[in-house]
Amino acid sequence: MSDFTSNFWSIYVSVITLVSILACLLLLWFSGKAKAMTASDNTTGHVWDGDLREMNNPLPRWWAWLFVITIVFAFAYLALYPGLGTYQGKLGWTSLGQHQTEMDKGNQEVAPLYAKFVNMKPEDVAKDAQAMAIGERLFMNNCSQCHGSDARGNKGFPNLTDADWLYGGTPEIIKETLTKGRTGVMPPMAAAVGSADDVKNVAQYVLSLSGSPHDSVKAALGKPKFAACAACHGADGKGTQAMGAPNLTDDIWLHGYGEAAILAMVNGGKTNQMPAQADKLTEAQIHVLASYVWGLSNKGGAVATK
Amino acid sequence: MSEPSKTLRKVIPIVASSESGVAGDGDAVMVSLYEAQKKIYPRSVSGLFSRWRWILVALTQLVFYGVPWLEWGHRQAVLFDLEARRFYIFNLVLYPQDFIYLTGILVISALSLFLFTAVAGRLWCGYACPQTVYTEIFLWIEKAFEGDRSARMRRDAQPWNADKFLRKGGKQLVWVALALWTGFTFVGYFTPIKSLGMQVLQLDLGPWEWFWVLFYGLATYGNAGFLREQVCLHMCPYARFQSAMFDHDTLVVTYDEARGEPRGARSRKADPASLNLGACVDCTLCVQVCPTGIDIRKGLQYECIGCGACADVCDTVMDKMGYAQGLIKYSTQNAMAQGWGKSAIVRRILRPRVLIYTAILATVVVAMMVSLSLRKPFKVDVVRDRGAQARVVAGGRIENVYRLQIMNATEAQQRYRISAGGLPGLGLSSDNDILVDSTQSRWVAVRVQLPADAAAPGSHPIHFEIDSLDQAAKVSEKSVFLVPR
Repeated sequence: MSDFTSNFWSIYVSVITLVSILACLLLLWFSGKAKAMTASDNTTGHVWDGDLREMNNPLPRWWAWLFVITIVFAFAYLALYPGLGTYQGKLGWTSLGQHQTEMDKGNQEVAPLYAKFVNMKPEDVAKDAQAMAIGERLFMNNCSQCHGSDARGNKGFPNLTDADWLYGGTPEIIKETLTKGRTGVMPPMAAAVGSADDVKNVAQYVLSLSGSPHDSVKAALGKPKFAACAACHGADGKGTQAMGAPNLTDDIWLHGYGEAAILAMVNGGKTNQMPAQADKLTEAQIHVLASYVWGLSNKGGAVATK
Repeated sequence: MSEPSKTLRKVIPIVASSESGVAGDGDAVMVSLYEAQKKIYPRSVSGLFSRWRWILVALTQLVFYGVPWLEWGHRQAVLFDLEARRFYIFNLVLYPQDFIYLTGILVISALSLFLFTAVAGRLWCGYACPQTVYTEIFLWIEKAFEGDRSARMRRDAQPWNADKFLRKGGKQLVWVALALWTGFTFVGYFTPIKSLGMQVLQLDLGPWEWFWVLFYGLATYGNAGFLREQVCLHMCPYARFQSAMFDHDTLVVTYDEARGEPRGARSRKADPASLNLGACVDCTLCVQVCPTGIDIRKGLQYECIGCGACADVCDTVMDKMGYAQGLIKYSTQNAMAQGWGKSAIVRRILRPRVLIYTAILATVVVAMMVSLSLRKPFKVDVVRDRGAQARVVAGGRIENVYRLQIMNATEAQQRYRISAGGLPGLGLSSDNDILVDSTQSRWVAVRVQLPADAAAPGSHPIHFEIDSLDQAAKVSEKSVFLVPR
């Protein structure tokens, strides 16, 4: 636990703490009496502004005991809780443990709520207004940072509201994506495709696949070179969900639209990652969240979300 | 200080000091700064100020105990729902965002305290402070069971017997009951009091409800039953700083020393002048009735809470003696020094200090009223998406995503229409009609689109207009729209 290599500082801090507390007690003891000229008129003899006198008004004695109680409390606290240097305290309390306890308690409290949904099919969960309200909050807290508050993604982060899926859009596959995460790799393919002109021709061919504006002569020249890409994206360019190779024919451009973006991708490749959520979310939460995400592009299933 | 303070010293002296010599070191002794608490047995008193005190006890407690039971529509009229973070005050539904009004109330309270104190001393302390009010109620119960001051002192000195046990036990029982009821009422401001009452009857309170009911009960019991004047003397910060609002025209409880001294006992038939005596018969009733146990004849002291009990009791003595009332009375230092009558005291109320306090107080009150009356029935927060900054969508249009939190401060479901403006062609591409349930707040993701090339790359200020479709109210919130390079 200690950030220090020797226990000198731990002892140093402990000694200062204990001495300070004892000094408070001494201070209370020694400052309990004062010299005052109270004999004749019960004032302390102090006069301000010509006519303002200080009378001798002692505190009730039991108030001094309150002070003593705080000192006793301080020692008890230091014995029970970590407060003296690296001493861990008799109770073995840690802030980490406290956090874990509260998390466990919180999860235990919501468990019955989730239990209902875990036994439902994702398609049915997506129809449940309460589950979708939970799903929305889970999405806002865990997914919206990259995929956007409206789930429509951003450059490099897929839109989750369209029917286009890199790995497949069934609830089971979404669940798998959430649980284990995904790493999509597009290797640099320039060498396999051929010369720089060949790469440009392939780029034009890729543009033609989705009916985007393109140079048809270059596209025709690029078509045979696309064989290098077909291993993953398929001969027809419709992609392979099993390996997360995107469909190139649907005019959806995750990493940018246009010849320049395609050239950069073919020449440089890309590794893109969806982090695994298994450590952050419980299985039940992932179940509800997957149903929510499925519902985003299957509006027939989810009526009550918006 | 000039003339007035010198004459004042004649009026409110601390007698012995001039005799002993303030600077003399000879009689300095070590004194303890703590001493065993001497129990104070305030004698009950009746009279004009006592009546006023009871009127204020009745008023404040009617409000405190009564308000949680009031209904407004289908809910408790005044309810501070901490868990849902909604604060209901009659027709108002306040959000935590409205905390500025709490600040306003506190500022108004402080300024009122300043004003009342400048005019008439510690009126708050003597008449309306819960510490005084509950002490008064507890003392009344004590008197009902144990009798007045002398009977209580006698009984406390006696050994225990059945009578003493029954009287003390009865008193404690009523005290505890009242204290618990106070704790219950207090919690009733934060959780619906009727269901709380049912829970209490079934002994089915949650742990926090138990804690707060017992905590406030104990605080009431301890403060009003035992601590009493100790709170005013040793704990209360207001007691100390209220003297900063005093000046020589502030009404304070004053002993007319010129008239009263030399004090001494005498027969009712005797002529005090011939005995060389003042009006004070030295009966010490003024000390006996004092809830803080001071002798007002020593002059104004910070312990004096300005309740006027001594003035009341002294007037009854003066009546019995056939002397004029007002040996102890509310008066000002200037009036005592210069022998002013009531009208002169009243005229001096209109002095700069009072006028300034009044002006500031009036300004804050008016500002608060205006602000409350102009308050929109809903609020909106706009939060731009931070991760996803801007995206290009079909047709090269640029889309930004925002989250709008719409807070409905009415008790009916409301429809709101969102629109965006500030750039040519700017518009929403998501639903612009939003339903928000009664007293709920709702986050909605809003997409805003701008046509391609409508604005240069960079950040552009825009604004959202949110119209309430069922009420004539509109809120405008600023944000920015990002156009990527």
